[in-house]
Amino acid sequence: MLSYTLRRLAFAIPTVLVISLIVFLMLDMAPGDPTGSLPLTIPLEVREQIRQSLGLGDPVMVRYFKWLYMMCFVEPLHILAGLTGWDIAPEGPRILSWQTRSPVGDILVQRVPQTLWVVGLGYLFGILIALPIGVISAYRQYSWFDQAGTFVSMIGFSVPTFFTGVVFILIFSVWLGWFPSMYDTTHVVRDWNSFVFQAKQIAMPVAVLALFNASQISRFMRASMLDNLNQDYVRTARAKGLGEKTVVLVHVLRNSMIPVVTVIAIGIPTVFTGAIITEQIFRVNGLGDALIRAIYVSDWPMVQTITFIFAILIVLFNLIADVLYGILDPRIRYD
Amino acid sequence: MKTRVALLGTAAALAMAPAMALAERERGSSGHLNIIYWQAVSTMNPYLSGGTKEMNAASVVLEPLARFDNLGELTPWLVDEIPTLENGGVSEDLKSITWTLTEGLLWSDGTPVTSADVVFSYEYCTHPEGGCSYRDRFAGIERVEAVDDLTVTVHFEDVTPNPYLPFVGAGSVIIQQAQFQDCLGARAPECTDANFAPIGTGAYAVSNFRPNDVIEFVANENYRVPNQPYFETITWAGGGDATGAARAVFQTGEMDYAWNLQLAPEVIAQMEAGGRGELLVDFGPLMERIELNFTDPSPDLPPDERGTRAHPHPILSDIRVREALSRAIDRELLTEIGFGPMGMATCNFIVAPPAMASPNNDNCLVQDIDRANELLDEAGWERGADGIRVKDGRRLELLFQTSTNAVRQDFQALIQADWREIGVEARLRNIDAGVFFGSDPGSDDTYLKFFADVQMYASLFEGTDPTPHLEQRRCGREPQPSTQWQGQNINRYCNEEYDALWAELNREADPDRRQELVIALNDMFVQDYAHLPLVARGRVSAASTTVGGIVMNVWDSEHWNQAEWYRIEE
Amino acid sequence: MTDTAKPLNPDEAFRPPRNQWWDVWDQFKTHRGALAGLAVFVSIILFVVVGPLIWQVDPGQLNIRLRNQGPSRDFPLGTDQLGRDLLARLMYGGRISVAVGLVAMFLGLVIGTLIGVLAGYFKRLDSPLMRLTDLFLALPLLPLLLILVTLFRDSLARTFGESIGVFLLICFAIAITSWMQTARIVRGDVLALKEREYVLAARSIGTPSLRINTRHVLPNVLSPIMVSATLGIASAIITESALSFLGLGFPPDFPTWGRILYEGRDWIEQYPARVVWPGVLISLTVLSVNYIGDGLRDALDPRIRGR
Repeated sequence: MLSYTLRRLAFAIPTVLVISLIVFLMLDMAPGDPTGSLPLTIPLEVREQIRQSLGLGDPVMVRYFKWLYMMCFVEPLHILAGLTGWDIAPEGPRILSWQTRSPVGDILVQRVPQTLWVVGLGYLFGILIALPIGVISAYRQYSWFDQAGTFVSMIGFSVPTFFTGVVFILIFSVWLGWFPSMYDTTHVVRDWNSFVFQAKQIAMPVAVLALFNASQISRFMRASMLDNLNQDYVRTARAKGLGEKTVVLVHVLRNSMIPVVTVIAIGIPTVFTGAIITEQIFRVNGLGDALIRAIYVSDWPMVQTITFIFAILIVLFNLIADVLYGILDPRIRYD
Repeated sequence: MKTRVALLGTAAALAMAPAMALAERERGSSGHLNIIYWQAVSTMNPYLSGGTKEMNAASVVLEPLARFDNLGELTPWLVDEIPTLENGGVSEDLKSITWTLTEGLLWSDGTPVTSADVVFSYEYCTHPEGGCSYRDRFAGIERVEAVDDLTVTVHFEDVTPNPYLPFVGAGSVIIQQAQFQDCLGARAPECTDANFAPIGTGAYAVSNFRPNDVIEFVANENYRVPNQPYFETITWAGGGDATGAARAVFQTGEMDYAWNLQLAPEVIAQMEAGGRGELLVDFGPLMERIELNFTDPSPDLPPDERGTRAHPHPILSDIRVREALSRAIDRELLTEIGFGPMGMATCNFIVAPPAMASPNNDNCLVQDIDRANELLDEAGWERGADGIRVKDGRRLELLFQTSTNAVRQDFQALIQADWREIGVEARLRNIDAGVFFGSDPGSDDTYLKFFADVQMYASLFEGTDPTPHLEQRRCGREPQPSTQWQGQNINRYCNEEYDALWAELNREADPDRRQELVIALNDMFVQDYAHLPLVARGRVSAASTTVGGIVMNVWDSEHWNQAEWYRIEE
Repeated sequence: MTDTAKPLNPDEAFRPPRNQWWDVWDQFKTHRGALAGLAVFVSIILFVVVGPLIWQVDPGQLNIRLRNQGPSRDFPLGTDQLGRDLLARLMYGGRISVAVGLVAMFLGLVIGTLIGVLAGYFKRLDSPLMRLTDLFLALPLLPLLLILVTLFRDSLARTFGESIGVFLLICFAIAITSWMQTARIVRGDVLALKEREYVLAARSIGTPSLRINTRHVLPNVLSPIMVSATLGIASAIITESALSFLGLGFPPDFPTWGRILYEGRDWIEQYPARVVWPGVLISLTVLSVNYIGDGLRDALDPRIRGR
């Protein structure tokens, strides 16, 4: 198991590096010009100087290795130093966002909490709703509950989040006025009232994400339960006279959870990237929002960094999912 | 429209009301102010950004020596009086200007402001490796000299009839030497703390800055006016879109002030009906126009000759065609659909300041299809079978490009329909704004290369002096291969008379004569149908009805008098 | 599950051989959701393909005096801010959206099947191709799509013209980021099939690899491919509209459903219909396609079929 994990890890690192190179080279060919979003009153000579000061003079590979070094060592150390207060931040240049002319790492540190709150809660609620629905749907296959559940979950992942989001805003924010239409990042939860405010401002994005995630996971749960319910060991358990509750909730559920857990693990990074649109609609100042705005103004260092982080997340969670699968399912043995 | 101008007038009157009424107000007595910029602010150092939003946010912290007020008049800011020829501040040979700082000025950290800070600001922005966005404000300066602690003299290389560019206006602010002295040149972006929370002389100091997200300001304890600013704290939120920002002011009241609400007129009108806020509109030099290419952009030409004056445009070189294109456009309709109260149809190249705007060109405001058809008939373009005109086997077909933007695409569709009526076919194309307005000489899609027949965009100039803007249309200033396609004579206009007149303007110091020359140049350019002005676009913001003291200003930062904003008590 | 011991009916046992697709259809018919989905999908296709022939209104036709109209006889769904007919725009936009879905799905399927077959059939290619698939699976797709589109939109538009360039780019971008699942499934099936006797037999008489694959392997992996095809259409349509919705897809003068929805956002309060119609159409299309996919999966699964 350990050697398998190590082997997977050894493969993960080159994967991440190749991805970073692909993204870097692609952005290097970009036709967008970081000075293109500046007002036209700024003369062209000045624009050229700005381009030079952004470090666009070096050859591509030099810039790539500089960026990679900063991405892998300088920025993490700075972030760690910022979080712990230790004096470990190295000297020297950092990855600078062209738009803000400030280190990308610092901006990400400010953006991550919002994304984690909204996306994390959306995912968590999604799972919490999905599991029972999936179990009951499978157990009572073709019952009205199953039909309704299947229909709702079909709708849940067929209706794009940008449509549900817009409809939610129209109904709950504009017509009913229940929730604020803007996310306030400076808000600090101190007491009950401020907690209520926080709950209100994340309610809509969380609801949209939860609905979407729940519909996907519940379908997996249902399928996995159905697979197991037909197995011989279930018949054996019933034959032994075990209570239906024990059979379903102990034997079947535990076995059915194995693939679902891995699906949940694999889904975590997709949720991050998928939440880009949700963040955009509800004006949550998270990572996805930072990415979109950076793309709009051709702020390539920012785009590179965020894409790279997403890639790391995906590779990492795929790895976790595989390892989890091995641990949870005694029938699987990697060697 | 009229009512709004009147409202602005009353707001201005309020701000200028005798100090008696305002004296009762204490510093910080108005509490908290919420501002929303839907395009969030990315840095607090205007020299490193160049964006209007950054300039506006920085303007409540960092200040210039003198500002333009809402009428475009120079107003002393960190000095007691504006240096002029009369008071001896500007030298007789027009080659230097001497500013004297107000005595007792303090930075927000309590240290005194000296002439060394002014000199340092010049050095900071002109450092060759710094990439300062307002570098052109300091162009043509030989040196900046600190005469004594409070006096600073700017020496120009040449005769400079308008010496009010350096240290004037929100783009040319004074930064603190003590804070930025290690941040010169290539090190400028590394000073994140300083760039995000500069120490200034303005009414507010930054207490928390999150790039592209939110800024929090607190009143500057050392502000020079003892009882200002009235608002104790400001939250300057960012993000979302223009609709959301407008909704937050007009409907939910979550916000007190929203910037740059370029929304469809009907949307604004409906929101305004909510009654919680009012729209603030004022017109500056920003103008949406169509440029007509005087050179042939045909891809069949060799790359170093395409789009250069070596090949005049086969269709648009004829002034009758250019005039017909202009006459066929319904500018009032464009304005109504695209900008509503936030735009004014115009036929001028220089649309502001009001004194400089020519009164002689209003004939284009009314669409005149018949005249346009006549002109094309005269020019020998005959209607073909499909209604499109043909001459010598060539169809009257024009490639019409612009940046990708909902209003511009609406305009394209409308203008295409107008032109089809006179037998002109427009092929539409839109290009991502980042590419279109980029200056990358490798891209063929920039507005500079102009590899199309006509293109539409908006342009403006800084400050109140249009001289540099008029200069751009001189012969030889066009983008061409030898200049790496840099240059602002976008339509490749070339007229000796124009150049001579401009040279005269550049030497002239008498304000009245300058004004005449500006109008003459404008008329020459416009009556040659060298480009087609469409709409003068206003600056549009919205303010809550509970905030007083706001004076919209198109010549400087909208927040130029932020210290005087206050909460209207119920 | 419970009816396994049904006595064999002699008529059934000796019934003449019959094309297996009839069995699939029979099974498919029993899935009510799938049948409804098929009906909805066919009507949407009719709406966008035949609709414009009946409702002959130019979607780009401006009626400045009649802008922002509510539903009327001339404009059944009203007009937009330039007085263009919303119904015509929805039809025309639907053509693009559905076309993107079909073309992107087809491209993705071709790439996925090719890679899957190559990897499954040729042992030497298996490892590198599967590493490539893993690599693509590890790419952050939405950001990558956004980057791809921003990067190549203008150069492609220049080469192929505005409309075709963007269309090709978006289809290609969606395909290149969505073929991996198909490749994996196909590879798995091919691996199993290639050890079957009939394939071995074909190989033993010297049939070239290409022929084996086209005649014997591909027809047998058709069912997983078809299921992934339906799901591919759904996700391609969603991706296209998401891109347009972020303002990074088709340019404004291209009324795809996503684009109409995006433009309607500013007007949502005054004219909610402008957001609701395109949103409903996207959702209905995707929903129906997903149901069809569900039904197909059941129908093509021999374990379930005939039960």
